[in-house]
Amino acid sequence: MYRIIKREEMAEGTIVLNEIEAPQIAKKAKPGQFVILIANENGERIPLTMADVDKEKGTITIIYMIVGKSTELFASLKVGEGYAHIVGPLGSPTHIENFGTVVCVGGGTGTAVLHPIARGMKEAGNEVISIVGSRTKDYLILEDKMSKISNELHICTDDGTKGRHGFVTDELREILESKKVDLVVAIGPVPMMKFVSLLTKEYSVPTMVSLNPIMVDGTGMCGGCRVTVGGEIKFACVDGPEFDGHQVDFDNLMQRLTAYKHEEEHSKECMLNKKV
Amino acid sequence: MNSSVADMTKKERRAIPRQDMNERDAKERAKCFDEVTLGYSLQEAQFEAARCIQCKDPACIKGCPVGIDIPGFLDCIVQGDLHGSINKLWERTALPAVCGRVCPQEMQCEAECVVGLKEGREPVAIGNLEMFIADWARENGVKNEVVIPPATGKKVAVVGSGPAGITVAGDLALKGHDVTVFEAFHRAGGVLLYGIPEFRLAKDIVDYEIEGLKELGVKIEYDSVVGRTVDVDELLEEMGYDAVFIGVGAGLPNFLGIPGEELNGVFSANEYLTRSNLMKAFDFPKFDTPIIPGTNVAILGAGNVAMDAARTALRLGAKSVKIVYRRTKEESPSRQIELHHAGEEGVEFEFLTSPLEFVGTDGKLSGIRCERMELGEPDESGRRRPIPVKDSSFVLDCDLAIIAIGTQANPLLTNVTKGLELNQWGNIKADEKSGKTTKEKVWAGGDITLGQATVILAMGTGRDAANSIDAYLNGESW
Repeated sequence: MYRIIKREEMAEGTIVLNEIEAPQIAKKAKPGQFVILIANENGERIPLTMADVDKEKGTITIIYMIVGKSTELFASLKVGEGYAHIVGPLGSPTHIENFGTVVCVGGGTGTAVLHPIARGMKEAGNEVISIVGSRTKDYLILEDKMSKISNELHICTDDGTKGRHGFVTDELREILESKKVDLVVAIGPVPMMKFVSLLTKEYSVPTMVSLNPIMVDGTGMCGGCRVTVGGEIKFACVDGPEFDGHQVDFDNLMQRLTAYKHEEEHSKECMLNKKV
Repeated sequence: MNSSVADMTKKERRAIPRQDMNERDAKERAKCFDEVTLGYSLQEAQFEAARCIQCKDPACIKGCPVGIDIPGFLDCIVQGDLHGSINKLWERTALPAVCGRVCPQEMQCEAECVVGLKEGREPVAIGNLEMFIADWARENGVKNEVVIPPATGKKVAVVGSGPAGITVAGDLALKGHDVTVFEAFHRAGGVLLYGIPEFRLAKDIVDYEIEGLKELGVKIEYDSVVGRTVDVDELLEEMGYDAVFIGVGAGLPNFLGIPGEELNGVFSANEYLTRSNLMKAFDFPKFDTPIIPGTNVAILGAGNVAMDAARTALRLGAKSVKIVYRRTKEESPSRQIELHHAGEEGVEFEFLTSPLEFVGTDGKLSGIRCERMELGEPDESGRRRPIPVKDSSFVLDCDLAIIAIGTQANPLLTNVTKGLELNQWGNIKADEKSGKTTKEKVWAGGDITLGQATVILAMGTGRDAANSIDAYLNGESW
């Protein structure tokens, strides 16, 4: 069992943080890599990119939004309890170097994944401009942490409850208009990454996105996580999870993410009915 | 114990026909995941074993990649000494219940059986008898009571818990070495678990054989992807292992590379079978992993894995399951018994048919554009080459397509391990006799060296590597 040593609700009943004992994974993990978690012996394998790693304590941190049965199960685990299985670190680490000016765009819980990458970019000597967006201010996460490692931090909410009333792309366009940007890193919901990539293409700014398709093994064995990149089929688990945003077929990714929509709803319903 | 069989004359024994294996009714079994084979009764087993003529120079042993004393274990059955029989098996294999079920005996031991070489006679059903004895031992709690020599203090890391890795682990534990198996998944067994379906090999049998390994002192580290969680060099340099065996299998699925492969409803057989077998999606929603139960299913390919996928789809409730293969039944790489079982259960065959494109609407598969083929001149494989028939394209309606055209070496470990030489297909180069790789203290076996082979061949390479590792740990130079 992989024991949870800290549990925090970043948005009540919606976004949860777990810090988990996993010394061997912590020892090897680099920014941009993911783990696969299984809640219990009947559970499914859920891939999540790590939000943080403490090599000294031997812990990893994940932040997730409760959406289906598995994340409900994750959220039900208390401090001292734990995950039946965690495997990782998987995927290729983020390529971090001094590019010059890097704009880091995070949407929803994607900001959790973005944070260690932005921090790495900052440590590598980049000027880091961050844009963090969410539907509403209650779902904004890691504002303080992002602020610490960014030269500038811009907040956007869809409903205007905090920061700019609008999308992250509105903010990004202004930045791209006003200064030379060497790289954009965008991590968040698929539509957000799609529109960021379309925008940066106009300005010919290289853009990196981190994809989270449906996976089973996470080691290249099943091909369930295949994504179309530059017209070719790639496996997100071993070729990614990060790809050139200008090459990714986001519409196909969105389509593939709905493959088990019916089953996912059924599974959650069964779980909730049992509770009642 | 029945002694009458043992008293039969040679002539009486010769008159015994091959005893058919009892099987669950095809219609009944196509709806459930229970094992197809029901095994022999003791009497059937003794009759079958009595068909063995106890050759002085048994060819069957040479046909067995792990050299089981086949006449020996059969004679014990005839004599009613089932304990003696299982011990004969355990001398050479840690997985008799598995091998009895999934070995292609008709190409190995049974192909060499002298009884079967005579016209009109069938070989002794060695596989069925191996299964009988192994099941008897398991059901009666008979344990492998081997005496393990004192600990040697040598540590061996085995990467992968499939047939090759399990064999190495078992063999070396029996020599007194300290063995740890590193398994990427959350359960042990490798392809026996994720690849072979429940109805062909019940998973409690795999679990039982793994438990047997643990009783020999083998440790298993689950959730450990070597090449990610831990590296080969780390095992050797930091963690104190004296030898490493790599048996990670050939896990990377081949896709067809035709348009539409990204549509929802198109699967690799690896994914489909892993969901159903390892993750138990067939029992969704009790188990959380979902699977798409197709209505009209097409399987692309005609090997053993294709048959497994087809029969799984039937059991998940498909109305129609078709095997689409560009050659004919004769060229099909599947075992005849698998083709036979699939056909019996209602799987249909579209031979001489080749896929051109997956078609769909709104991102969902609705069919496969195929063309008909005919056989031309033999190609480099010796099989007649399929040639497209002009203007023969048509759309085969299906909402689920499973690609089962083989796998290749997974580069996950080999990409990050320095000093391991690979062949042109990405398989690890290993000495044929010893399993030694080009990297000191590292051996390899199973599909990562062989390409795609069988359970027993993987076990054979594991056995050779274990002998070589043991010799090395006892002071033989690299």
